[in-house]
Amino acid sequence: MCGIAGIIHRDGTGEIGAEVTRMLQSMKHRGPDSSGFALYGPPSDLLVMRLKLADPNEARGFGWSDRLERHRDEVEHRLAKIGAMVDVIHGDQEYAYRVTFRYSGELKPLADYVEDVPGCEVLSLGHSLEIVKDLNDAESVAERYGLNGFTGTHAIGHVRMATESDVDISGAHPYWAYPFSDIAVVHNGQLTNYHMWRRRLERSGHRFQSECDSEIIAVYLAQKMDGGLSLETAMKQSLDELDGVFTYLVVTADSLGVAKDEMAAKPLVLYESPELVALASEEVAIRAVIGHEIDTYDPYEREVLVWHR
Amino acid sequence: MKISYDARGLAEPAAQAPKVATIEAGEHGSRAVFDAAALTTRQINLELRRLIYDEGVAEVTVRNPGAKHSLAVGILARCRIIIEGSLGYFGCGLIDGPEIHITGRVGWSVAENMMSGVVVVDKNAGSLTGAALRGGDVVVRGDVGARSGIDQKGGTVIVGGNAGTMTGFMLQRGRQIIRGNVGGGLGDSMYDGAIYVGGKVTSLGVDCVEAGLTAEDDEFLSRKLGIYGLEPPGSWRKFVCGRKLWNYDNLEPAERKLVL
Repeated sequence: MCGIAGIIHRDGTGEIGAEVTRMLQSMKHRGPDSSGFALYGPPSDLLVMRLKLADPNEARGFGWSDRLERHRDEVEHRLAKIGAMVDVIHGDQEYAYRVTFRYSGELKPLADYVEDVPGCEVLSLGHSLEIVKDLNDAESVAERYGLNGFTGTHAIGHVRMATESDVDISGAHPYWAYPFSDIAVVHNGQLTNYHMWRRRLERSGHRFQSECDSEIIAVYLAQKMDGGLSLETAMKQSLDELDGVFTYLVVTADSLGVAKDEMAAKPLVLYESPELVALASEEVAIRAVIGHEIDTYDPYEREVLVWHR
Repeated sequence: MKISYDARGLAEPAAQAPKVATIEAGEHGSRAVFDAAALTTRQINLELRRLIYDEGVAEVTVRNPGAKHSLAVGILARCRIIIEGSLGYFGCGLIDGPEIHITGRVGWSVAENMMSGVVVVDKNAGSLTGAALRGGDVVVRGDVGARSGIDQKGGTVIVGGNAGTMTGFMLQRGRQIIRGNVGGGLGDSMYDGAIYVGGKVTSLGVDCVEAGLTAEDDEFLSRKLGIYGLEPPGSWRKFVCGRKLWNYDNLEPAERKLVL
């Protein structure tokens, strides 16, 4: 089933970490397997990378912690070797790290080099985007990663009921648009031409870390935008080129968009006010962050909506 | 609110009616009011049942429903329910008899499988409005999502605004009145019944055809809109089943061989 949520503050910043946590927690019944956040903090000159070195549910043999420690050091070593100046490296979990660094080269070689470390997956990379995802419900993930104090401009989130692939961090949303900075997607639905698009995108040099169909959407959109299309145009093309049922949310450094398939098969409720836009699979999620009585509506089939900051 | 589940996954197996409503005598039977903000779905429904079945209350007002799912479901008695606010998914499903007025909006599948009664929604509704409706009226003053009245077998769905894709999908009996525009695939695979549209039609579904309006249709439309105080549009168009897919008596080739 899955639940998706998004919020964008049109002016200024908000407590997006706490807000998305409340939105996702109110939709826990839509997907208790894993929860994920894509949060946009204040933009910075530094790059911020979130990565994982292992999955929390994998078998932990002797020396698991030592191995992770070595791999962490290897990541740091490789970043230095490729020319990045590491600012801070912080572990929220022994398998999940947040690294800030200064780097002016291309992102793809850097991401590939870091992901070459055994078990490593770059979850997000950009100047303001941070993706945090882990097993269990939104409150426990937010607590483990200290997201309650996270302020920023816009965010999306996802609670997952796994249907297409494993219950692990790689299969959890949101997905970063590897190797394009600051783009992420959450998706509710199933794509039926996933394998075709995956092969097509792999041929143009992209890597995929999971067997999850949703993983292609972010890369698909980012590649179109890299080719010069606007986010809105790329999303409109996706209505014809992606097959299956979907409602997806996409975020870039300065915008939040939503697209629905032509059957309007997956729900979405939308609330707009002069201060913010909040949207989610269920109205209870929007009400979790807005105290007063609200009017909402459901976007129609084939609708593409984008809000810019 | 922490919700417990039993071994089968049923929510709040031990829930009891919270008995928080205030009841007062009225001109046409007693009236009750209660605030649902701090109650769980099960508690709200149990309180409604207690008031309607045990206390014999004629009119219940529910405050602050907070877009919770599955509220006011399975009520099988004549009564009035006023919901001050919005409902989530599956609101007012499986009811037989009540007159329900919702001052906010509703999510997907409102009044699904309703046998009789009236559900009036003042604002918008999600998809699948009046799914498998058997009787009674479902009135949405705002817009509705996709597939309104899917598999409808009776009753009337009335929409004040626009409707989405596949409206009246597999409609079997009963009528739909859409004052505004409708999306693509209107009346796809409908078996019978009629859909009246006041605005633009994006496209017709498989085996849905336009028919002429009769004097009976005009009388029906002005009567139904009059009851709910809705203004009629400039003109109406009527859509019915083209009966090209009526192959009920035809056997599949393999079956025919068996018969012979």
